[in-house]
Amino acid sequence: MSHESRQQKRAEIRAMFKSNVRRRLWVDKIMRGAVVACALTAIIPLVWILGTAVYSGLPVLSWAFLTEEPGAVGAGLISIGPAIQGTLILIGLSSVLGLPVGILGGIYLAEFGGGGWLARQIRFFMDVFIQVPSIVLGIFAFLAVVLVLGHFSVWAGGFALSLIMFPIVARATEESIRMVPWTYREAGAALGLSKMAITLRIVLSQAKKGIITGVLLSVSRVGGETAPLIMTVVGSSVFFEDMDTPMDALPLRIWRFSLQPYDEARIAGWGAAFTLLLVIFAIHLGVRYFFMQEHGGKGLRVVLHLGRKVR
Amino acid sequence: MPKRWIQRDEKPRRWLLSERIFKYATAAAGAYVLAVILVMAIQLGFESAPIWEEEGAEFVFGTDWNSVPGRESYGALPYVLGTLITSALALALGFPLSIGIAMLVMIMPKRLGRPLGYLVDLIEAVPSVVFGLWGLFVFRLYFRDYVEKPLHDTLGDSIYLFGGTPFGLDVLTASIILAIMIIPTISSISREVMSAVPHQQKEAAYMLGSTTFEMFRMAIFPYSKAGLLGAAMLGLGRAVGETMAVTMLIGNATGANAMVSSLFDAGQTMPSIIANEFLEASPIGLHTPALIGIGLILLGVGLAINVTAHFLVGRMVKVNEGPVH
Repeated sequence: MSHESRQQKRAEIRAMFKSNVRRRLWVDKIMRGAVVACALTAIIPLVWILGTAVYSGLPVLSWAFLTEEPGAVGAGLISIGPAIQGTLILIGLSSVLGLPVGILGGIYLAEFGGGGWLARQIRFFMDVFIQVPSIVLGIFAFLAVVLVLGHFSVWAGGFALSLIMFPIVARATEESIRMVPWTYREAGAALGLSKMAITLRIVLSQAKKGIITGVLLSVSRVGGETAPLIMTVVGSSVFFEDMDTPMDALPLRIWRFSLQPYDEARIAGWGAAFTLLLVIFAIHLGVRYFFMQEHGGKGLRVVLHLGRKVR
Repeated sequence: MPKRWIQRDEKPRRWLLSERIFKYATAAAGAYVLAVILVMAIQLGFESAPIWEEEGAEFVFGTDWNSVPGRESYGALPYVLGTLITSALALALGFPLSIGIAMLVMIMPKRLGRPLGYLVDLIEAVPSVVFGLWGLFVFRLYFRDYVEKPLHDTLGDSIYLFGGTPFGLDVLTASIILAIMIIPTISSISREVMSAVPHQQKEAAYMLGSTTFEMFRMAIFPYSKAGLLGAAMLGLGRAVGETMAVTMLIGNATGANAMVSSLFDAGQTMPSIIANEFLEASPIGLHTPALIGIGLILLGVGLAINVTAHFLVGRMVKVNEGPVH
């Protein structure tokens, strides 16, 4: 910065502080008020949604609602049994497909890749990939699985969801492995363990809380995902038959309910939404309570939600 | 022959092999993401090739959307514009709110600020389809009666933007829901970026006698400009790709009808047209390639926004201490 511009800057700051103190304090108070109003504006919709879900969804819940097949509209009860079953199957399948890739990828980034060219590219594209619109992943799964197999299938849905899951898990794994003190690895090396044994036996067991957190939060994200399921598992109204047929899922079912112009469907939609929210919030609060008290929690939160940790 | 101290080269070969396999397996798992992005881009391009051949640039700049066999014509402009308009509106509404929340969390005592930050992050946990359900059955009705109708009645004649009949299923409602949905993204990133500002900067501002708000203006905002811009871009990226809530609220007009002229018009975005029509599109003909082509545009826009955002946030992190220029 040149001398003149620094002088100018100083003059600016001096002028700013000379002005009326009472006015400045008022401005500060108004801004504080505005900032509180901002927070309220954001919290009100959340409370409103949760309140509506409890108010309209809770009375619908019954054993039959949760476990039976949806009957025809007008038959008295619309149930979401197949949807719950489908969501559980999809979560399981996408975990099987996505977790190994995610965890191994995270290990590579933290232990082997370091700051090398490949690792930097992978890290960058994982951060970008977390943000790719999920419906595009659905189209990709449609092209890569549905068209190849020739029919809609559970496989395609699981594959699409695993694409959402693996980068989140990989980045969470990387960040929590980085938290493990370097001396632990040295202790392992001093015992003559191989790099693989050090990584799997020592580092992973130390980092497991963070990894479990990442896995659970990615599960909660995947469980609420609708868009990629539209063109992969499509939805159905019967229980799971086999892996090569369409299947139902909770978010898909909620969407179908919302398209029907009947009061019954609307009420059942809230019942389904309440069930979904219950599961997702249970995961979030559980993770919060059991895994996030330690210092790793804050950075992890940002990684998990947004894919990038700001250091 | 002297005894060796280190017996490293006497390890069995099998052991070294497993070691190498493990290393390459992790590298392959890492590189999976690169392969997926590459294959995805190529496949979307390849499968949408028919529509690019048929329509050419007309596909991006055309406004017709007709899937009746024999009279097929596809132009994606209304959906591209719809996406841009809703996302820009959502950002304009959501960004100031998010910065405000980030500021509040920073000036509150930790005991109160942390739960507040967590509560805001919980908004992100609510699935898109639940936002849609709430918007469709609850929010829309109140919004239509208490905001849109008064706006229309008082300003509808003079300001073009508020013309059209308020129905609740329109661009404005969708944008507001989008704004709520992107708040947690922007506010957590900007919170991180703003707390990365060196303490000396804040202390210097306080030492000069500034109030809390002046401290933000003098010390924090100039320092974290690039990062805040990056946070906004990440929020924009989320808004652009958001599917279900928008599909349920935007009214789903097609073709020239989806060219929005007022905030109370029904519109359509790129994700919502895909969600609405993908299953109904016939496998023969150009309907499916057209939708895949929109997917390709969406992928391109999404990647561009997020790459820019990551560069901006990354640059912020590398900032060094010293005076603000």
